[in-house]
Amino acid sequence: MSATTHTKTASAAHGTLTSYITGFILCLILTGLSFGAVMGGVLPPEKILGAISGLAVVQLLVQLIVFLHLGLAPEQRNYTVIGALTVLLIATIVIGSLWVMHNANVNMMPTQMSVERALSKD
Amino acid sequence: MFGKLTLAAIPWDEPIIMGTGAVVALGGLALLGLITYFGKWRYLWDEWITSVDHKKIGAMYFILGLVMLLRGFADAIMMRAQQAIANNDAAGYLPPHHYDQIFTAHGVIMIFFVATPFILGLMNVVVPLQLGARDVAFPFVNSLGFWLSVAGAVLVMLSMFVGDFAATGWVAYPPLSELGYSPSVGVDYYIWSLQISGLGTTLAGVNFIVTILRMRAPGMNLMKMPVFVWTSLITNILIVAVFPVLTATLAMLTADRYLGMHFFTNELGGNAMMYINLIWVWGHPEVYILILPAFGAFSEIIATFSRKPLFGYTSMVYATSSIGILSFFVWLHHFFTMGSGANVNAFFGIMTSIISIPTGVKLFNWLFTMYRGRVRFHSATLWTIGFMVTFAVGGMTGVLLAVPGADFVLHNSLFLVAHFHNVIIGGVVFGCLAGMTFWFPKVFGFTLDEFWGKVAFWCWLIGYWLAFTPLYILGFKGMTRRMNHYDVPGWHPYLVVALVGACIIGAGILALLIQLVVSIRDREKNRDLTGDPWNARSLEWSTASPAPFYNFAHVPTITSLEQHWTDKETGRAGVQVMGYEDIHMPRNTAAGAVIAAFGLVMSFALIWHMWGIALFGLAAMVATFIQRSYDRDVDYYVPASEVARIESARYALLKQSEKVA
Repeated sequence: MSATTHTKTASAAHGTLTSYITGFILCLILTGLSFGAVMGGVLPPEKILGAISGLAVVQLLVQLIVFLHLGLAPEQRNYTVIGALTVLLIATIVIGSLWVMHNANVNMMPTQMSVERALSKD
Repeated sequence: MFGKLTLAAIPWDEPIIMGTGAVVALGGLALLGLITYFGKWRYLWDEWITSVDHKKIGAMYFILGLVMLLRGFADAIMMRAQQAIANNDAAGYLPPHHYDQIFTAHGVIMIFFVATPFILGLMNVVVPLQLGARDVAFPFVNSLGFWLSVAGAVLVMLSMFVGDFAATGWVAYPPLSELGYSPSVGVDYYIWSLQISGLGTTLAGVNFIVTILRMRAPGMNLMKMPVFVWTSLITNILIVAVFPVLTATLAMLTADRYLGMHFFTNELGGNAMMYINLIWVWGHPEVYILILPAFGAFSEIIATFSRKPLFGYTSMVYATSSIGILSFFVWLHHFFTMGSGANVNAFFGIMTSIISIPTGVKLFNWLFTMYRGRVRFHSATLWTIGFMVTFAVGGMTGVLLAVPGADFVLHNSLFLVAHFHNVIIGGVVFGCLAGMTFWFPKVFGFTLDEFWGKVAFWCWLIGYWLAFTPLYILGFKGMTRRMNHYDVPGWHPYLVVALVGACIIGAGILALLIQLVVSIRDREKNRDLTGDPWNARSLEWSTASPAPFYNFAHVPTITSLEQHWTDKETGRAGVQVMGYEDIHMPRNTAAGAVIAAFGLVMSFALIWHMWGIALFGLAAMVATFIQRSYDRDVDYYVPASEVARIESARYALLKQSEKVA
């Protein structure tokens, strides 16, 4: 239904042309840097993965702030809380799964493990 | 062209299936014939199939749930009959392959195509009305989501007659569900029916979150929302958070089966345990998705029929929210025995026990609501009290199972089966049926027959206890679930009692159907002219019954948690306020039903490896969606004069009912 029947229309910050263009350029730069990190040969191979992961996180933040309008201003707080909840839930699922699966892997090799060692594991 | 599909896919040699198929075909033809005979196709198309009215979509969700309940119950009674026979020398009447499909289909149908449609139906009917809104935020998406669920249900039903269904249990654990061990199309039916209905559920989740956060009547801040809306909000947040996990997990299983990948296979680095982990990351929040709206319905009902405000509204909101968060920290209790260490099991065991605290808070809130209230023993109240007693026991056996040591004894036993039926029948089913009784007049304008409602309740309650108490005992005696045959004579009497219980539940379902028929027959006698048949408290009862398609002639202004009750106290309820304005409404659209129909074609083709047809189905879905997005004529205005005419007729009826009273 349209805004006329809504009593609360979306009032949160919708961004400006300048903020969108800034975000766009920042993303271009960050993508270029990632590309350069892999193709440019400046970084030693073992550091490439860390570098592009770091750049990806930075770009994610840029996109969340500029395009999805996360922030601390009163009209943005709803989005920020939803974003934080999303991060919490994803972290729970990912970290929890890693913990569960790792723990099962460690414990599920009984033929290679003496009873004493199994007991002392955890 | 037809991939793996040949005439041999139809199980000609199975008399049970072919008999059922004949009955379904004849019944279907009779139904189509009747619709044609009475010339109702136009009416069905205009008023129901293309409708975007949330109340009608809610009613259709309920019809879907009731139809699938019959199928799911047929599966249940077949299993009970098999186990009541197949002792020692008797083999029973169901061969293992058929039996395995039945228990899989029973679980899938009851969770995805009975409980979920009931819950979505309740939310559809109630949430916009309680918010003072005129429809949901995205009416077309609502229609699309419903028809996608129907497509999923049709696929499951088709699997009975064309090919077979999964024989893996309702969560389809690999490696059994992998191609090597389940080479037939059964698991593919499972995958695609869940994918397509899961898409519908996810869309509903997005829709309701936006509706609740953005379309509340002026003055309704979050802490003035009725409890049912709160429970719906949390449920929909859970839907949006976890249904993508189900989709991704099933997509990986699909990749294993269709593309030769090895996510969950035994060989080449696959890890079946990861599937078990992921499916329960979805599966545990899923049970709270089902139960929370039921809790909301009970809260509304018990306050209304105790003639008191709900005790502890704030604690109810916090309890609901904490259940929502905690539900993400307990999934491992479904596989304590998988092999994780004591630290992991202890953590998840403790988290599971903790979740019983907010649930206990709710139970006490309902009890204190009844305390010193003037309780009317309407059938909706009976469902609620029956729920409180039954669910409390189910919750306690759940806490028992949360102890990893106890779980090692009871895992996969009938004790577990009894536990989850205890909470799902005693919680979700009772809640949805109570909600149906309670809100039925708001959609159809007349109340349901009380006598048959009470018969249904007592049959369900007694039947439940008779059917599942023996299973608790059998679980302690060591009987595992899903047995096609057993050779312990001591188990036999319990299974016979369980069959009797299942038959009584069957009588309860029959009573529900009779109740619907009788109520429709006597609709003039039971017509609700006041719009408030129960002397209730929240906003939906301030408008007419059935609620007009625009819900509220004037958007209400909210000053109180129980707006309608406050209005009644201050004499503002039931007073016609003139000065109507044009009302902006969404137009009906066939796009939802059409997209879902093409989705059905695509899924069926994918199951049978008919790639050309599958591609056509996908393209047609996308094309219809694009065509719909370019359609600019999606809304219209109801003229103020029309609103005035409908409202004046309503208030005339209201006056007439006051004179009668």
